[in-house]
Amino acid sequence: MCLGVPGQIVAVGEDIHQLAQVDVCGVKRDVNIALICEGEPAELVGQWVLVHVGFAMSIIDEEEAQATLEALMAMSVLEHEVGDFLGINAGADDAVR
Amino acid sequence: MQYVDEFRDPELAKTLLSHIRHKVSAIAKASERPLQLMEVCGGHTHAIYKFGIDQLLPPEIEFVHGPGCPVCVLPMGRIDGCIEIAERPEVIFCTYGDAMRVPGRNGSLLDAKRRGADVRIVYSPLDTLTFAEQNPDKQVVFFGLGFETTMPSTALTLQQAKRRGLTNFSIFCQHITIIPTLRSLLEQPDVRIDGFLAPGHVSMVIGTTPYGFIAEDFHKPLVVTGFEPLDILQALAMLVDQIHDGRCEVENQYKRIVSQQGNALARKALDEVFELKESSEWRGLGSIAGSGVQLTPAYREFDAELRFNTQEHQVADDPQARCGDVLTGRCKPNDCPLFGTRCTPQNAFGALMVSSEGACAAYYQYRRGLA
Ligand code: SF4
Repeated sequence: MCLGVPGQIVAVGEDIHQLAQVDVCGVKRDVNIALICEGEPAELVGQWVLVHVGFAMSIIDEEEAQATLEALMAMSVLEHEVGDFLGINAGADDAVR
Repeated sequence: MQYVDEFRDPELAKTLLSHIRHKVSAIAKASERPLQLMEVCGGHTHAIYKFGIDQLLPPEIEFVHGPGCPVCVLPMGRIDGCIEIAERPEVIFCTYGDAMRVPGRNGSLLDAKRRGADVRIVYSPLDTLTFAEQNPDKQVVFFGLGFETTMPSTALTLQQAKRRGLTNFSIFCQHITIIPTLRSLLEQPDVRIDGFLAPGHVSMVIGTTPYGFIAEDFHKPLVVTGFEPLDILQALAMLVDQIHDGRCEVENQYKRIVSQQGNALARKALDEVFELKESSEWRGLGSIAGSGVQLTPAYREFDAELRFNTQEHQVADDPQARCGDVLTGRCKPNDCPLFGTRCTPQNAFGALMVSSEGACAAYYQYRRGLA
């Protein structure tokens, strides 16, 4: 009940009281957009949102998602350098079987 | 979304794990006991076991499974109240599927359905409005259950019911709020938690600001966390970094969904429809002041308990069941004498076993024989 699923808004109605259509893993679902729509519904088409019990709850910030991944990649490069330097990469690998 | 695969990348997971290991071994040298980290949210509990994260981590990290699963902290008496209403002949009682098998004193809502009550599982509270419009001679009751994640959808549904002038719709309100509960946990003298993974989807509504007191008043680090394996590992790395550096801050790993101020539209709807209740009962944790909500006067006509004039059901927790101790980190699920015997997912005694997000169910499903 508490987890959301990501989906992409593919169609909206005229105003926020009309349900919008969201594509969730290839399945179209009707969702309420009153909690994420501050301007015109049409502006939301193409946006990714987190859908929860029939409501779009949050717009997914793709830049932030990308930034998180980049931070992780940067860390992995750094860790490997440090690991090589300390001679621990083998140990780190066999930790994950 | 298009990033889901990336957030499960095993190479990056290895890097994060080695980072966590190094930091933890440095911390462990300075401390004799393992770190106890609380994942507040049942969604995190489930993910940690499902992806085997607990087994990849060094033994110096122990998880405490917090009270953030609304089904797990649902007291028996509240289920009894639901059943009292659901068994009325004129009622169509609607609930999320998660609450169907939680036992009350007279069985669960599923048992009530088997006895002939019209109990329906809904995916969204909006579906219940359709039932109300299609069945004018019936009373449709929605079991409003959950933390701030589900509260706005109940609030919007009530606003619509009011706008449409529905007189045969009401809700049984069991919405609860996480902040007072975390405070009450931290005020208990024998609860020892070194850091928090804070719930991602509650935080999407309330923002990160309300957690400030945990860092400021209780000097514990906290990281708001998403639900993919890399989210959880990155959040753990952020937590152990804080502990290692002696910092106590509120950090946000789940920025793609959670902002500092949360969802203002959702909070506005909450303020219109709900007000704080003096105190609420939690399974295993007792009564906690200001931890639940009721409808505001403007919406009280939709309160099912007032409409049907139900009794207050109070049921004491079974002394053998250790649900409360599991929720506060005083013991692990398999320390409970009922674990795996009187209490199994098929025949659950406590709610931590009923909900797939409950710590006991997760232990039973993924960890039996390993611990
Ligand atoms: S095994 Fe059952 S009774 Fe014991 S703590 Fe877990 S849910 Fe509660």
